Amino acid sequence: MKEKQTAIVLSQAEIAPAIFDMWIETSLAAQAKPGQFIAVFPKDKSTLLPRPISICEVREDRKALRIVYRVAGQGTAEFSGYQAGDSIAILGTLGNGFPLEKGEGRKVFLMGGGIGVPPILELAKQMNADKMVVVGYRDSNTFLREDFEQIARVYIATEDGSVGTKGNVMNAIEENGIEADVIFACGPMPMLRAIKAYAAQKGIKAYISLEEHMACGVGACLGCVVSTKEVDHHSHVNNARICTDGPVFDAEDVNI
Amino acid sequence: MNTQVTLAGVTFKNPVMTASGTFGSGMEYSEFVDLNRLGAVVTKGVANVPWPGNPTPRVAEVYGGMLNAIGLQNPGIDVFLERDIPFLKQYDTKVIVNVCGKTVEDYLEVVERLGDEPSVAMLEINVSCPNVKEGAIAFGQKADALFHITKEIKKHAKQPVIMKLSPNVTDITEMAKAAEAAGSDALSLINTLTGMKIDIHRRKFAIANKTGGMSGPAIKPIAVRMVYQAAHAVKIPIIGMGGIATAEDAVEFLLAGASAVSIGAMNFVNPYTTVEVIEGIEAYMKQYNIENVTDLIGAVNE
Repeated sequence: MKEKQTAIVLSQAEIAPAIFDMWIETSLAAQAKPGQFIAVFPKDKSTLLPRPISICEVREDRKALRIVYRVAGQGTAEFSGYQAGDSIAILGTLGNGFPLEKGEGRKVFLMGGGIGVPPILELAKQMNADKMVVVGYRDSNTFLREDFEQIARVYIATEDGSVGTKGNVMNAIEENGIEADVIFACGPMPMLRAIKAYAAQKGIKAYISLEEHMACGVGACLGCVVSTKEVDHHSHVNNARICTDGPVFDAEDVNI
Repeated sequence: MNTQVTLAGVTFKNPVMTASGTFGSGMEYSEFVDLNRLGAVVTKGVANVPWPGNPTPRVAEVYGGMLNAIGLQNPGIDVFLERDIPFLKQYDTKVIVNVCGKTVEDYLEVVERLGDEPSVAMLEINVSCPNVKEGAIAFGQKADALFHITKEIKKHAKQPVIMKLSPNVTDITEMAKAAEAAGSDALSLINTLTGMKIDIHRRKFAIANKTGGMSGPAIKPIAVRMVYQAAHAVKIPIIGMGGIATAEDAVEFLLAGASAVSIGAMNFVNPYTTVEVIEGIEAYMKQYNIENVTDLIGAVNE
């Protein structure tokens, strides 16, 4: 059940330049799935719309959620100033999340790029498979790396070559000579396009998490659509709603 | 206390409705609000055939509001009748269907199909969407074109007709009068104001369509002004909308001359807004000892 509620910030830290790591105490944690997101509402009334932010981790007792986000504008700048004990308005949990069962017992790549890295953490925690985490960053600010290293084999790519493979996540796969049966990924569009092409070439499935500017977050406004191969079930055109039909799609099903 | 309002012979349990395009057909928000509480659900625009809508990005935030250029993505009348109408029938609320089209014939086709549907209380005709190139706003920015399409729709419509007016005109009263003269049973206003936003860092338009319709609290004073002007120009009832976030905002529209109000963009900000506005209007009536909500309509002291 989706709900808008006032939750409490438990902690916040800047873990890389402009990347913030916040734990929120919320009853929504009980229903949170990897790949789902929450909408966070700024308090400043001039910034009305909620900011969709992926769920990075669910605390073991399922009473708190972790979000790791980049300060990209006014709204996220406001959030970055919140401290333990502050209230935070959230709506969730939104979207369908990753289809974990598609990776069950198989060799999987869990791939994240930039601010698409965070949702891969809870996915990696819950995925019961032979998992290889492949994550890409701009530079040596490899946030969440230690968290990943506790639960999976980790391959890192950095654009400046300061850590791991120089280049992107595709270069890291190539350089390490690794292979998988299924891919789960979240990251910038060029990365997702490359993964879609790679999966098609290898004849394997890729489940990719998309993002788009959103307004309602619940499937009513039709603001955040992606072009789909088949007619979508809601509008019967070829535009599925990323917020409710996604954000995770079978890469074959979307035209990106 | 009586919160009922009657527009064109249709009685609503309270004057609070949803603004077309912000509430789907109610399904998505039924998880948050009890649709039985609402005066009416005004649906997303429905065309004769499915419309794919515009490229993304379709939405952008602006100071105190937002821009959208969805482009009326909708599944068309067939799916609407098979899926959305049966869904809405489960609830004790009035259904107003928003109708869009590219040509007069498109509108008439939808209007006729809806004529056989007794659960549809009224038709709201969208001649004011700023985001589609053909039809829609082309009919809503010239008084003679508005008169013509209203007349045609009135010839075919079985339910009372609400013409939804665009604020992107020089004189709203001229448009209101044209719709009334052609037989429109009610008016709704305002649709969104055409706006633009540019991302200065990437030197790109924030919306793929370049322009988008602005909504949200920032447009409310313009909407109140236009409702007031239209209410003084015509005798038919007006559904007022534009940036309503609270019961206080809703009462302002009623005092300006609206017989009912719609909640639009604020559904996105607070999915419980509609019900909170209904409760807030009741609280206002109690506070000022007002027996009938209709006593508020146009009751601003001149």
